[in-house]
Amino acid sequence: MALAALTKETNGWEPRIVAFFCNWCTYTAADLAGVSRLRHAPNARIIRVMCSGRLDPQFVLEAFARGADGVLVGGCHPGDCHYMEGNYKALRRVRLLQRMMKDMGIHEGRFRLEWISASEGEKVKATINDMVARVRELGPLGMPERFARWDEEMESLARTIARGEEAVHA
Amino acid sequence: MPEKPKVAFYWCASCGGCEESIVDLAEDILGVVGAVEIVFWPVAMDFKKADVEAIPDGGILVSMINGAVRTSEQEEMAKLLRRKSALVVAYGSCAHMGGIPGLANQFDREQVLRYVYEESPSTKNDAHARPGPVTADEGRTVTLPEFRSMVRTLDQVIPVDYYLPGCPPVPKMLKAALGTLLTGTPPAKGTVLGPDIAMCEECPRKETKPADLAYTTFHRPHEIMADPEKCLLAQGVVCMGPATRGGCGAQCVTGNMPCGGCFGPTSNVRDQGAKILSAISSSLAAKDEGGIDATLASIPDPVGTFYRYGLPGSLLRRKIADHN
Repeated sequence: MALAALTKETNGWEPRIVAFFCNWCTYTAADLAGVSRLRHAPNARIIRVMCSGRLDPQFVLEAFARGADGVLVGGCHPGDCHYMEGNYKALRRVRLLQRMMKDMGIHEGRFRLEWISASEGEKVKATINDMVARVRELGPLGMPERFARWDEEMESLARTIARGEEAVHA
Repeated sequence: MPEKPKVAFYWCASCGGCEESIVDLAEDILGVVGAVEIVFWPVAMDFKKADVEAIPDGGILVSMINGAVRTSEQEEMAKLLRRKSALVVAYGSCAHMGGIPGLANQFDREQVLRYVYEESPSTKNDAHARPGPVTADEGRTVTLPEFRSMVRTLDQVIPVDYYLPGCPPVPKMLKAALGTLLTGTPPAKGTVLGPDIAMCEECPRKETKPADLAYTTFHRPHEIMADPEKCLLAQGVVCMGPATRGGCGAQCVTGNMPCGGCFGPTSNVRDQGAKILSAISSSLAAKDEGGIDATLASIPDPVGTFYRYGLPGSLLRRKIADHN
């Protein structure tokens, strides 16, 4: 897909993807993609973690709560973890977190785990482009805007109280 | 004799257990009554809203408010007490994090009303009557508070100074908190008035908690006869201890039930559910998706298990009902 098509704006909204890449494999692969001058969609903010096993599920929820439309996690292939078992821990956490987020009504296409080795620069490009295209199709998640909208229902009572009037609950 | 500091107690969406915990001070309550003047306590004393309104702003030293916030009336009372009080304490799990009523945040408002007024097994309502905000009856008009779209924690409605955790808080912590607020140097605003350690630290089964766990299945408490001496996590029972603040004296575990997490997380953790999810799931034996999913299937309700006392206060606050 051409870069122009990937960055085409949808009513001014652009997908925001937070990507947690492990230092030893996926981040190195993203670096390789860079030096190989591979072009991918600019929508992913990459955060380097020492291991995919460092991914605290709180990071994922906080990313969404602060306005991410998608979260991508990249780690070493099974058997290749620099710390032996970290990527298995990541896989287990992600499976349960995916299930729980589905229960919370967040579309499963917004949260994804991929194994990308240090030599797979091409896969970084393909994964990011694919994720951006998929999230673009889903549209904005907009949690911060949702939080503000949810709390609007308290405003009219707050205004009544501020005016010093007796609140009538009706 | 100098005027005694004024204290108020109020309840929002709660079961009454928090009120019970105040009475559980037993004879110590006499000391409290001796040290403070209780100016408002609907469950036990006959004061009215107008009595609170008559107090000058900031005239109450501390208001202890329990219960989650679901209706416009609870919002109004919380805002009134905030204005009248120098300090507000979110008292108990519901005010602190949303509590058990907060589990309703998995359903939208219409689902809740439909079930309660039409579909629940004990309901017969052929007319599909619902409580209306305004009802006229024999020439009089009665109004009801607005049932909001979701459950909120107290600090999502008003600024809160301190939190007293627990479902309900234990009397010794209430006593210590009152002592701190009345006489001692008050701690930093936003502090949870309890020990900042994991529940496991005070668990009598601590020594039997293995360093490594490798789950192949989990058991719900009613599915096994749990060994009363051995760490429940080691027996495959989901215990919230590792992700929960201590201070309760491990009461549930002492009763051979797993910790449900009512004290919320320690100060190092923002989202208790995410943290216990992390601890539990990373200790699975399986290394492939199929095996992992099979083991995790024995946790039938992750949201209700991990966020039993804290869904409204969690990072995501509620289930999103629309497609996204």
